Amino acid sequence: MDVHAAAPEAAPSFAMLVEPHLDYLYAFARKLCGERMAAEDLVQDTLVRAFRAHESLRNRERPRYWLTKILLSASADRWRKEAPHEHDVPLEDERFSLFDTLVEEDPLPYSDRLHLDFLDLFDDDNLNASLQRIHAAHRTALVLAYVYGYKAREIAELTGTTTGTVLARLHRGRKQLEKALWEYAKQRGLLKGETRT
Amino acid sequence: MIACRDAVERLWSYLDRNIDQAQELELEQHLGLCRHCCGELEFAKQVRNKLSESAEMPLAPTARERLHKFVERLGER
Repeated sequence: MDVHAAAPEAAPSFAMLVEPHLDYLYAFARKLCGERMAAEDLVQDTLVRAFRAHESLRNRERPRYWLTKILLSASADRWRKEAPHEHDVPLEDERFSLFDTLVEEDPLPYSDRLHLDFLDLFDDDNLNASLQRIHAAHRTALVLAYVYGYKAREIAELTGTTTGTVLARLHRGRKQLEKALWEYAKQRGLLKGETRT
Repeated sequence: MIACRDAVERLWSYLDRNIDQAQELELEQHLGLCRHCCGELEFAKQVRNKLSESAEMPLAPTARERLHKFVERLGER
């Protein structure tokens, strides 16, 4: 359904506004909170907030951006109430290098494309599970920047912070992601010869 | 010339184009001479590609139907 096909003076209905973005909202929510039901719940929370606010929506040409901002606000409210996850990768381990670890540990000894083959171990579900081990604010920045291509200044606006804070979160998030991918592959037995722990 | 540790710290910012011109020049000079950091750069590109390729997350038909009905009910309020 094309939202822009409506007559210029006619405000689109709420359904017309949000329906084209349901798949995106769900995919985004899955990246942020991992589980299917939690993601659906977050999308519903987003829709309720969007419904309450849509009458005052001024820029109707950017509904996806508007919905993204609402979803981020809803997810931030949830995380404020939650305790840190037990599998969260420690923040202090910033010197870890996945590139070097793969060379030193040689976990795929028969691979002639070691680094690429390591990444190939991760399907969407495994990658998503690894993302869930990253601190929520860092994960949010990573997902916005590298999954959906938002610029740092846009992420700052979307998450209500400064560009400097976003750049710091991206830096720490990248380090956490490297560690999370390595730990997840080891713990889930994705590496040859490993057993699940 | 900057050290490998400094070069690696800048790689993602370099790919993001969030790096100033002087730092970019230092990094490119380093990359011109350091095979290890070129490998790190290539790996950083691969990780980024992995993330960007994961944008789609299929919405199950039953979940889509639930959300569709949820939107309808909101609109009826």
